[in-house]
Amino acid sequence: MATTTALSSAPQAKTPAPAKHRPDKNYRRRQRWGWVFVAPFAAIFLTFLILPLVYAFRMSLFTSTLATGTKFVGADNYLKAFSDPIFLQGLATVAKFALIMIPAQMLIALLAALVLDNLATWASKFSRLMIFVPYAVPVVIGALMWGFLYSPRFGPAGSIFGIFGLAAPEFLAQDSIFGSLVNIVTWQWAGYYMIIIYAALRGIDPGIYEAAVLDGASDRQIAWRIKVPMISSSLVMVVIFALIGTLQFFTEPQVLRGVAQGAIPTSYTPNMYAFSLAFSYSQFNYASAISFALGIVVFVFSFLFLFLTRKQSGLK
Amino acid sequence: MALVTETPELEGGRKGRSAAGRNRARNGGPRIGSHIFLLILVIYFITPIWWLTVASTKDTAGLFGGSGGPLWFDDEFHFFSNIQGLFERQDGIYWRWLGNSFLYAISGGVGATILAVFAGYGFAKYNFRGRGPFFGLLLGAVMVPLTALVIPTFVLLSSVGLVNTIWAVILPSLLSPFGVYLMRVFAQEAVPDELLDAARIDGAGEFRTFVQIALPLLRPAIVTVLLLSVVGTWNNFFLPLAVLSDPLLLPVTVGLNGWQALSNAGSGGEALWNLITTGAFLSIIPLIIAFLSLQKYWQGGLSLGSLK
Repeated sequence: MATTTALSSAPQAKTPAPAKHRPDKNYRRRQRWGWVFVAPFAAIFLTFLILPLVYAFRMSLFTSTLATGTKFVGADNYLKAFSDPIFLQGLATVAKFALIMIPAQMLIALLAALVLDNLATWASKFSRLMIFVPYAVPVVIGALMWGFLYSPRFGPAGSIFGIFGLAAPEFLAQDSIFGSLVNIVTWQWAGYYMIIIYAALRGIDPGIYEAAVLDGASDRQIAWRIKVPMISSSLVMVVIFALIGTLQFFTEPQVLRGVAQGAIPTSYTPNMYAFSLAFSYSQFNYASAISFALGIVVFVFSFLFLFLTRKQSGLK
Repeated sequence: MALVTETPELEGGRKGRSAAGRNRARNGGPRIGSHIFLLILVIYFITPIWWLTVASTKDTAGLFGGSGGPLWFDDEFHFFSNIQGLFERQDGIYWRWLGNSFLYAISGGVGATILAVFAGYGFAKYNFRGRGPFFGLLLGAVMVPLTALVIPTFVLLSSVGLVNTIWAVILPSLLSPFGVYLMRVFAQEAVPDELLDAARIDGAGEFRTFVQIALPLLRPAIVTVLLLSVVGTWNNFFLPLAVLSDPLLLPVTVGLNGWQALSNAGSGGEALWNLITTGAFLSIIPLIIAFLSLQKYWQGGLSLGSLK
């Protein structure tokens, strides 16, 4: 698996090289202890990752109806999924979210981290924590809160826009629900990404900046020409996190459906579609195929992204 | 990955720099623009939480049109009567939900962390047969969307009769490939082989070497992985939504979502808005306190190695 070699060849490839070590019998016997340490995790890994994956794949190859019972249909469910307009629509929706939401989150997180890295005041320390706080709020609660804030009945939007003599936009209407969801997710995650990027920025040797300052570089040049390239591997990682999260979009639209029923259908994202297929229509075989197909799409996209950014991230 | 790549320079970096001093020296003053930018961000990120704090002190009528408006307190203070309402509603089921959330988050989070510490150490310090392929599989797993596993996990658990029990939430929460990954990279860096060899020469067994030598060195990574996995389980919505139907077993996230659906059901439903806001407010306090009080650990942990 290329990701393996890619990711594990990151900086400290200081694996205890067996060849250089004394390859005596004692040494070899000791290495078996590795399995003792890894075994408990391996058991969970097999039971709750490999087994469900294999099982889902198997289930997706069958179909079951009351009339005919369970029947092997091979790839039929997948052919059905990839020509199912509802599933494809869901994929298009999450792709649109990925294209807009991830750059928005990254931009806020990166700008905030760069500004924070340049300041060492109590205000900057305080801001760092406050920007991070939404990460500690469960996603469901975050979505519930924003649902209230968006609501024309409870929310402050009416009075805020009223100050300027404007009518508040209808955040929960069909046309604006997309932007409203982008806002919720950005609010929830940008702080977390900011902290990761900030931690990476603090790791850069400040001696490098001093050299650049001597050469007459401005702060902006230092930020974009030195800092950003030096933390590119963190940025790649954050984008991967965001990408995986976005493609599995479920919780926020599911919760917001409560207050914006007309605007969010039950099949808004692929995960919501699989959920309703399984639990409202008991179509577990087709739902498994949808889940599995989504898993493949996520995997392929993350992989593709890692491949395309292998230079920036320093992964070869 | 990136969390760890910067470790080598980190210590020197912290000591050797004083960003403010450097900037002041050149610009001759604190930076107004930067602070305004931060102020805007802080207002954006904190307003919803402020709103929730205020809302938890209102009754339903106050939420709809109180004297203070949505972002300020009303004349009447209903926080304690709302809490009382949480005790009365369905015999205080809210507190049961909160307790369930704690149970799931702590047992799932602690369990996942223990497994990750053992496995990360095993991967980092032993060259056992099959290590390469297994670790490759694990890295692939980091990219598998965990929600894709929910439906098959539900079917599997129901075939062994575990659906609608606490195990249906706790056991799948023990899986944390990313935690193992972090722990491995950290252990490789922070636990020197020479130290382990010295302990072995002194006659310590493999397990004792791990407990006495490696564990203390792994502490920053342990706190980070623990926080990440506790938050992950506490946040989880899809899994409990799918595998639990008994209202008494729900975590607070799924429970409050159910109340919201009930309140939105229109004329047939009940307006529980004040209980939802107060319940939501109370439920976010524990994690916020945990993060604020443990910031020394996780901020160090995210830049792994700085506390070495």
